[in-house]
Amino acid sequence: MSNSLSAVISIGFHGLAFAMVLYLISVGLSVTMGMMGFVNLAHGVFAMLGGYVLTSLMSRMGVPFALALVCAFVATALGSIVVERLLYRRLYGGDELDQVLLTMGLIFMSVAAATYIWGPLQQPMHPPRWLSGQVDLGFRSFPGYRSFLILCGAALVTTLWLGLERTRFGMKVRAAVDNLRMAQSVGINTSRLFTLTFALGSGLAGLGGALGADLLAINPSYALENLVFFLIVVAVGGLGSIRGPFIAALLIGIADTGFKYLLPELGAFFIYALTMALLLWRPRGLFGRA
Amino acid sequence: MATEGLVRPRLAAGPPPAQQAIDAFAGRHRYRLLEALPWAAAVAAYFLFPSYLPLGAQILATILFALSADLVLGYAGIVTLGHAAFFGTGAYTAGILAANGWGEPISGLFAGAAIAALIGFVSGCIVLRTTGLTLLMQTLVVATLLYEAANKASWITGGDDGLQGMEVWPIFGQFRFDMFGRTGYLYCLIVLFLCWYLARRIVHSPFGRSLTGIRENVRRMHAIGAPVRRRRLIIYTISAALAGTAGALIAQTTGFVGLSFLNLERSGGVLIMLIIGGVGRLYGAFIGVPLYMIAQNRFSEIEPVYWYFWIGLLMVLVVVFARGGILGLVERLRR
Amino acid sequence: MSAAMNGPALETRGLCKSFGALTVADQIDFRLERGARQALIGPNGAGKTTFVELVTGGLPPSAGHILIDDVDVTDLPQAARVKRGLARTFQINALFRRLTTLENVTLAVAERDGVAGDLLRPAGRHNRVIEEAFALLETLGLAEDALRPVNALAYGRQRLVEIAVALGLSPKVLLLDEPAAGVPSGESGLIVAVIERLPADIAVLIIEHDMDLVFRFARRITVLVQGHILVEGPPEAIAADPQVRQVYLGERPHGRETR
Repeated sequence: MSNSLSAVISIGFHGLAFAMVLYLISVGLSVTMGMMGFVNLAHGVFAMLGGYVLTSLMSRMGVPFALALVCAFVATALGSIVVERLLYRRLYGGDELDQVLLTMGLIFMSVAAATYIWGPLQQPMHPPRWLSGQVDLGFRSFPGYRSFLILCGAALVTTLWLGLERTRFGMKVRAAVDNLRMAQSVGINTSRLFTLTFALGSGLAGLGGALGADLLAINPSYALENLVFFLIVVAVGGLGSIRGPFIAALLIGIADTGFKYLLPELGAFFIYALTMALLLWRPRGLFGRA
Repeated sequence: MATEGLVRPRLAAGPPPAQQAIDAFAGRHRYRLLEALPWAAAVAAYFLFPSYLPLGAQILATILFALSADLVLGYAGIVTLGHAAFFGTGAYTAGILAANGWGEPISGLFAGAAIAALIGFVSGCIVLRTTGLTLLMQTLVVATLLYEAANKASWITGGDDGLQGMEVWPIFGQFRFDMFGRTGYLYCLIVLFLCWYLARRIVHSPFGRSLTGIRENVRRMHAIGAPVRRRRLIIYTISAALAGTAGALIAQTTGFVGLSFLNLERSGGVLIMLIIGGVGRLYGAFIGVPLYMIAQNRFSEIEPVYWYFWIGLLMVLVVVFARGGILGLVERLRR
Repeated sequence: MSAAMNGPALETRGLCKSFGALTVADQIDFRLERGARQALIGPNGAGKTTFVELVTGGLPPSAGHILIDDVDVTDLPQAARVKRGLARTFQINALFRRLTTLENVTLAVAERDGVAGDLLRPAGRHNRVIEEAFALLETLGLAEDALRPVNALAYGRQRLVEIAVALGLSPKVLLLDEPAAGVPSGESGLIVAVIERLPADIAVLIIEHDMDLVFRFARRITVLVQGHILVEGPPEAIAADPQVRQVYLGERPHGRETR
């Protein structure tokens, strides 16, 4: 097949995989920020935690991949509940600066804790044997793990979207994001709803971090290094939106991959310029609420 | 707001007679004896700690950086995660000049401030159209853009390795930057003093008071006819110039500029130092910065990892328990 | 310019506002004469707050014009309209709560005087501004609270500060949005007294539910229903108007019965 078509397919494929990871990590942030208006810069910490749990369980304790993924989700969700109840709760409706500082403090603590527990080096990620290798689609073959990433991501996203549309829990979430006070006045226990949503979102982030461990390297500075990317996806997608971050993640994922492939000298420069332009055009994000 | 918390005007009991109230209100900008303390301490440090002058110079320059951030953050209420953009711009400007044949320090300082002000103005025009998370994002993106630009333009910035080969000439042709850091320290002290004077004047001016209004209730400011956007842009630009000056000072006194001058840690670090001292009180920088930097200097020798942890924990504790920082605690004790 | 001496202080022509299919302001032709004491009343949801937002510049109209002193200000932002002599108070206090009472009013006076942009002279040296602000506090009976932060005052007195800030702008047109709202009945007498003593050359429009206050204060009443003006006239005519009685039939007036 021709070179440029092959390049386009490559970029599309790898960009899509990257987008999936970004979305899984960022969607929770978008929903909880839209719901409670809480600037949670430490969201990346949960993604990092998921990555560390996965790699530790697999490499040090020989836990099978699928089980380790589930553990990553659960551990992150539980951890987030603790943080939310202890700390975040105090600052709802408060000063934005306070929230920024609190969550930055948490990032710093996470850097130190991760270095202490796992050391300063990147955690290598070895996908299980049944996922390595290539998937042959006839006209081309694709890396097995990335293909799995896309499929798994798609499945999770579909489940998420269906869950939000069809279940009562999802309905409450959408109501609370739309208008918190109204939701409270119709009897929704927003405090508990928020804890659950936060746990779900953080768990998803942990899952995303675990699945994407070879795309976004798991190391102690994870939360700091990738903060900009997660915030971009949320801000460009629109706070509180569920579809918006998906589009944003696609844009960012494919653009970033494309530029790394075609114009590596530019680096992430284009992404940031694009973000600024998009936010100027639509300050509330592509799908943000007024 | 600035120094009121430190010294309350003494009033007679009961409702204040008109003139007394007016005088108390109008006299807020007057100098109080306590304000001489930081300068006395700085001068004393020069004589008492001659082997720590290089660190001292860095502390003074960082105080200026934090002061500039306080204008934007504490007074105008603009929450930014990208203030290092201006700091780094000033540093690289002065550094690149010195590394390419023009080592005159004063003009290098002005150049750093001017370029930083330009970046501040341009980015302010874009960034200040928004509020909340979008604003925060935009400031972060601007800083990251500049970081990437500096990284890629390694032929002029030195990229990852940092800027090499700076040669700073003696000030006024007379005062060489010696290796004990004496000239550097006094240089930073004088520049800080001048900039502090400017900042203090701005804070106590009608413009500065209106910034407090913008921070407290922007809706009300619109409703009294204040040109809110213009005011924010002006203070943002001035703050950028001061931050750039601080960056240039560090570049000139240490002879080095690196990418870390532009990164998120730098922006976050200045926020931490401010909050420890107390935001929006003009002197928070003077308390928070030395405490932080001296502690960091001690700790880093022991175990750098723990430093990060304790600082993070301190931030969390300060936000939850001691919102106004040290100056806030002092205010509360006096009540 | 002599024609303007007789023109209304505030006027809207054909003012419309729709949100999609929902029309909240429907061809409003409104006049507020110089020195007027006028009230805008109407049932909840009639569009009174929307009208205020349209006039002050908080909301852009879908159609129509707004004129202050015969000058078209429809395209001007909020701050520019304030400079042309329009001031408002908010239904829920919008004050600088952590600043002192004197500071709140001084900020307004400084903006009006054009000195608020001064970067270098200390605010304390602008004596005229401070003295004028303090004098204003005295006339409103707030002098003793001059140096106290606003959030330390009783709510009724905070409402007075709200009016003081608006007066600090030396407006030609003053829009008071439910000045007595939220004020405990023991303190509302203060508000009423202040409103009655407002300078005669200011055109005052008061939006209110408290019929007591309305009938005590207004020389002319405008009734707004579902975004358009139902009827306008002196208080006796409005009180006797059968249409008005019908509009209010389903809903008890908040004050005592209208006279």
